Amino acid sequence: MKIPIKYSLRNFKKRKLTTGITVVGIALVVFVFAAVLMMAYGIQKTLISTGADDNVIVLRKAAQNEISSVVTGDQQNIISVLPYIAKTADGKPIISNEPVVVINLPKKSGGMSNITARGVSDQVKKLRPNVKLVDGRMFNFGSKELIVGRSIHERFDGADIGEEIRFAGDEWTVVGIFEAGGSGFESEIWGDALQLLSTFNRGSTVSAVTLKLDNPENFEKFKSTFLTDRRLQQLEVKIEKLHFEEQSEMMATFIRILGIFVTIIFSLGATIGAMITMYAAVANRTVEIGTLRALGFRRTSVLVTFLSESLLISIIGAVIGLLLASSLQFFSISTLNFASFSELEFKFALSPEIIISSFIFATVMGLLGGFLPSVRAARLKIVDALRSS
Amino acid sequence: MASIISIQNLSKSYQRDSFEIPVLNNLSLEIEEGEFLALMGPSGSGKTTLLNLIAGIDKPSSGKLTVAGTDIAKLNESALAKWRSNNVGFIFQFYNLIPVLTAFENVELPLLLTNLSKAERKKRVELVLSVVGLTDRMYHYPKQLSGGQEQRVAIARAIVTDPTILVADEPTGDLDKNSANEVLTLLDRLNKEFKKTIVMVTHDPASAAKASVKRHLDKGDLV
Repeated sequence: MKIPIKYSLRNFKKRKLTTGITVVGIALVVFVFAAVLMMAYGIQKTLISTGADDNVIVLRKAAQNEISSVVTGDQQNIISVLPYIAKTADGKPIISNEPVVVINLPKKSGGMSNITARGVSDQVKKLRPNVKLVDGRMFNFGSKELIVGRSIHERFDGADIGEEIRFAGDEWTVVGIFEAGGSGFESEIWGDALQLLSTFNRGSTVSAVTLKLDNPENFEKFKSTFLTDRRLQQLEVKIEKLHFEEQSEMMATFIRILGIFVTIIFSLGATIGAMITMYAAVANRTVEIGTLRALGFRRTSVLVTFLSESLLISIIGAVIGLLLASSLQFFSISTLNFASFSELEFKFALSPEIIISSFIFATVMGLLGGFLPSVRAARLKIVDALRSS
Repeated sequence: MASIISIQNLSKSYQRDSFEIPVLNNLSLEIEEGEFLALMGPSGSGKTTLLNLIAGIDKPSSGKLTVAGTDIAKLNESALAKWRSNNVGFIFQFYNLIPVLTAFENVELPLLLTNLSKAERKKRVELVLSVVGLTDRMYHYPKQLSGGQEQRVAIARAIVTDPTILVADEPTGDLDKNSANEVLTLLDRLNKEFKKTIVMVTHDPASAAKASVKRHLDKGDLV
């Protein structure tokens, strides 16, 4: 039979300072670990939610993003008459031909930063129904008016309703503020595509064409029709959600690798801390170990007891670290989106996978930190242990 | 009366660096069932080593050591642990109670190695605590007890499994005269009333006087 768990629990209480410090050490490492994963997942979640399952984005082949893509006016005309595109009640295809450019704006916190300016067509409301005006009105097509995402409104100067934003030699009036379900669109400003093309002297060449399918299941048929048209050979089509998922992958992977690398270095400190605590626990309880063994408890019972104590410390640390990390969900931060070279606001996001990973990570720290001291405890000779009294 | 402990040509030596230090030399001894044996001798004479060998917490270098018919020198680590839990009750000089467990929980510890139910364990613990006169201190922690009371808890822990032998290493060495007398009276009662075989190591002639048999060790030899 095992040594009773209350023996371990009461020893924690007896050594609350050293146990507490070790728990805090592990909690901090788990916090950093979970925070990094939450950051990467938050970025992915934000970008993925930017795209819709039933929208298709058309980009130039090999273009990494909308900024580096071009779709000519002729190509736009050909696309607009392809089958399987959803249509409005009056028969217009739900398509938005979108010039996307990066402009520079002053931040409220100081300094300048890049933001994405997107020109949209008049079907954009039907194309992206999750975009909702929360203040002001929609811009008038044909005028130099803008609506700004909630994040831009909060973080940049001149992004209030009635204020002017100046870029490419023109002044644009902010007339509305929109939300888009926490997606990446909230970090953009939108205006009339034709006005934007004119301002940037781009003729009719846009960055991307986004269209709604009449049925999401028709994507393969649409793609097949698209690919058979030789005039569209320079372009490629993707489900919009998949496109943004790919956009998020590089950045999320970068954050994950860098973050996990840093966390592993931190974890060495926490593991050594746990090891010192457990060695001290063994040293302080040598006589008790000798007594328990003399009474008939086996080496494995002693090993399991000390290893369990180390694991328990790490699990308590993991719970505290995760609780701290989960509070990050209430915060939004912005970072440079590697794919668009402009600012992207996102929220830290917790997932069941992150919780499980954090517990596994803490368990590994507890096992590594507790293993050698536990083996030492189990290998003590009874007479030597008793003699240490 | 039959021997419960039979020691034949028992030797024990320790290795210190490249030196072999002999502690017990070819020692033979028979201890009868129900005997209260006092092992006496100066420091370093080997009496605690002999006690440790009898209790199965150390292994002899050579010779035969049979306790209640089992040659314990031949048992492996795991079998020896099981044997100890069934056959040996330990009483240490410094009581060796677990400080974070109450008197009840300390006494219950050896019973956790048995198949007894919780209710049966409780009954047994309460019984032995009443034998040592500490029913009212059942839920006290060791630091809340006097030295004499701690040693009585340790004795309760030693007898709770009804072991074949009790081994006591200087059981009164850390106690004042009154407490020492209480403990010795208790050991005497366990021997006489409950027919327990007791092997006790002591320096103290007054303690040894309670024993039915006294043996002296000097430099690893019985004298």
